[in-house]
Amino acid sequence: MSQAAQNKSVQFESVPSIDIDYMELDDIIADEFNNDKENLIMILQAIQRCYNFLPRPALAYLSTKLDVPYSQIYGVATFYSTFSLEPRGRNIISICLGTACHVRGGERVRERIEGALNLHDGETTEDQRFTLETVRCIGCCSLGPVVKINEDMHGHISYDQVNKILDQYE
Amino acid sequence: MKIQSVKDLEQIREEYSKRLYYPDAVKVNIGMASCGIAAGAKASFDRAIQEFPNGNGIDISQTGCIGFCEVEPLVEILGPGKPRVMYKNITEDKILETIQDYNENNFKKKWILGQMRDPRSFLEDDIENPLAGVTPLEEIPFLEEIPFYHKQVKIALRNCGYIDPDSIEEFIAKDGYFAFLKALHDMEPKEIIMQVKASGLRGRGGGGFPAGIKWETCARHDGDRYIICNADEGDPGAYMDRSILEGDPHSVLEGMLIAARGIGSNQGFLYVRNEYPLAVKRLVSAIKAAERYGLLGDNIAGSDFSFNVRISTGAGAFVCGESTALMTSLEGKVGRPRAKYVHTVEKGFRQNPSNLNNVETYANVPVILLKGADNYAKMGTTHSKGTKVFSLVGKIKNTGLVEVPMGISLKDIVFDIGGGVPRKKKFKAVQTGGPSGGCIPEQFLNLNVDFDELTKVGSMMGSGGMIVMDQDTCMVDVARYFLDFLKEESCGQCNPCREGILAMHDILTDICAGNGKEGDIELLEELGMMIQKFSLCGLGTSAPNPVLTTILYFREEYEAHIRYKKCSAGVCKPLFHYEIDEEACNGCTLCAKRCPEEAITGEKKAPHEMEQKKCIKCGICYDACKFDAILIK
Ligand SMILES: Cc1cc2nc3c(=O)[nH]c(=O)nc-3n(C[C@H](O)[C@H](O)[C@H](O)COP(=O)(O)O)c2cc1C
Ligand code: SF4
Ligand code: SF4
Ligand code: SF4
Ligand code: FES
Ligand code: FES
Repeated sequence: MSQAAQNKSVQFESVPSIDIDYMELDDIIADEFNNDKENLIMILQAIQRCYNFLPRPALAYLSTKLDVPYSQIYGVATFYSTFSLEPRGRNIISICLGTACHVRGGERVRERIEGALNLHDGETTEDQRFTLETVRCIGCCSLGPVVKINEDMHGHISYDQVNKILDQYE
Repeated sequence: MKIQSVKDLEQIREEYSKRLYYPDAVKVNIGMASCGIAAGAKASFDRAIQEFPNGNGIDISQTGCIGFCEVEPLVEILGPGKPRVMYKNITEDKILETIQDYNENNFKKKWILGQMRDPRSFLEDDIENPLAGVTPLEEIPFLEEIPFYHKQVKIALRNCGYIDPDSIEEFIAKDGYFAFLKALHDMEPKEIIMQVKASGLRGRGGGGFPAGIKWETCARHDGDRYIICNADEGDPGAYMDRSILEGDPHSVLEGMLIAARGIGSNQGFLYVRNEYPLAVKRLVSAIKAAERYGLLGDNIAGSDFSFNVRISTGAGAFVCGESTALMTSLEGKVGRPRAKYVHTVEKGFRQNPSNLNNVETYANVPVILLKGADNYAKMGTTHSKGTKVFSLVGKIKNTGLVEVPMGISLKDIVFDIGGGVPRKKKFKAVQTGGPSGGCIPEQFLNLNVDFDELTKVGSMMGSGGMIVMDQDTCMVDVARYFLDFLKEESCGQCNPCREGILAMHDILTDICAGNGKEGDIELLEELGMMIQKFSLCGLGTSAPNPVLTTILYFREEYEAHIRYKKCSAGVCKPLFHYEIDEEACNGCTLCAKRCPEEAITGEKKAPHEMEQKKCIKCGICYDACKFDAILIK
């Protein structure tokens, strides 16, 4: 992809321009994953770990490196729910909507968090403070309803504790 | 050291059995699976390590989990000549005191879950009891006597919570890799498959297909055969696979090795759900350890058999748990199922014969070879052998992972093991089989849980999620919940599934919002039947189950929603409101204090009042009131 085209797609998404370290990408693609197409999903996961999302220029580069059509990479990146094509916030809120949490009131917790932050599933606050995601069972059903923020697990959450918990995250 | 023979294993077993059963110093085992960590086990562990750095006469160790999530963090302490004690709820603030008390023989009854009596698992019933001669504590039950454990039999979970998952030696001390070496040195591949067939083992991942028959068919097809483990665990209320991988990763590797030897394969894959980083970490460490001992790699144990395993992580797509989708996803592509005119045992991963089994299925295999297929087949029902692990969750007192013999009654699981529904609420249903399953009402509590009996009542075994629901669970909402999940997860390539689920979901959303119409129930049934018949993969064909079973068993709830615009469970907000029962309210003021909208007012010790306009139906007051004075109207 030409530089101009890259800029355009970046602008189109109104994504803040970010520097792609192509050497680092090479390390991931070649050294860690052998330039192997079959590792595409894990390569994308590694890229997302670096950038917190999947920057399009990185995907374009990946396409040439692996010799996989960009459309196919884009297809994979949009099919699987863990991938994000937009930058995510500093704090990732994962609301558990597994069955056990659901019957214990997870939905009400979700409503409260959505209301408090004025966000829906998959969205990020304007100040990049929070990204809201839902997950289905993180295996702590005994603590349900559960909300995971970054790596912290908050169990037995009730509607009225939500604000206090969110306040802990800058 | 490279393992060459059973003798080598025996040597390790002898050395490390000591560590497991008769340690020289006091040993503290802290349960550190994900759920234990979430409950605070890591903090307890760190605190203990800080206080007793190694060599201080106290050995702090991690284990997987023994399944009783409700009372995590769980800490077991054993010492030379002393009883083995399992402590419950040992958070950071209690850990040092617990250890000190144990050292001083001061056993606080309140903190103790039970004492252990070795041996404990199915596999070890013929080992002499290492605790013989130790005087048991008085008035403290043995673990297997307490209701949660009494009816459990551990096969798949045999080592979870008893060994350090990062220690291959401790696994070997519990007879690990003995079955594999037996299969490698003393059995013909055909014999291995015969044994698995004779055991009656059926796949634990959902469908219940006989594992031996799958292996046999795969072995018949030529090509580079692959052994794949399905650790995608997509059912949103099940976590047994995670627990096995986190607590006993080698048991799964051993099962895969045996399958590889039986079927004739040199390459294995584990497809692990993206949300399970700890499982991946433990697997990586297990694979490295097995390679170090020459149990994975080339020319294993001096034979001409080679087998390597790789881990691949999913990326959050439920449909990738389906066999054909999983294999496409393994190839790095979009995981959409394909029609199974040709089965994956013939043309699967990379168009080669591939054998896919679930984590729990593989974990069962070593036990079959060690104890003999007939012994294994003695347990269970005519067509479902062995045990099944369930995650018993939802409105249940003892949340946890339980492993029970097939054929045990639903009532035993929910009421004896699970302790029933908390807070004196009324039991309503049990949901099994995840999004493909159904809700089983009270009238079937005597049902003997196995693959076929669950199917008979319109549900299925699935991967083993068992979600208990009480009077406060709305069955229409539960049906809507599952379709909401499935509409997100449908891969979208066939119309009946993509459009049909969406249409059913819309109808259910309307019903829950108070916009249900006469004829909606019939329309749901008709759509459901259509989706079941014409969808391509299991996701679609089973998607209507949660709706159809709730209509079948809870039709009156649907009717109440549609005709009378009432949700008696107090879930669908437009269809109910809360009221305070003046007679029952004693004016404790709790509800008024907690209401976030200040909708409740009243004098102390006088009946309170609720201002309906302010109330947002958050349910806090309803949950808080200890006197059942808040009513759903
Ligand atoms: C939509 C869908 C999702 C599935 N998800 C899983 C899963 O998460 N884990 C699993 O072991 N099997 C899952 N299965 C079942 C697998 O297709 C397959 O039958 C199973 O892994 C075979 O192993 P088993 O015979 O040992 O059970 C799923 C099936 C379908 C249709
Ligand atoms: S039934 Fe649904 S999930 Fe399965 S292939 Fe069709 S659209 Fe995809
Ligand atoms: S349901 Fe919530 S808002 Fe309504 S009265 Fe009770 S606590 Fe207040
Ligand atoms: S919590 Fe119950 S008893 Fe107490 S004031 Fe409220 S309604 Fe009355
Ligand atoms: S359903 Fe939320 S942790 Fe299991
Ligand atoms: S006890 Fe560990 S999974 Fe719950």
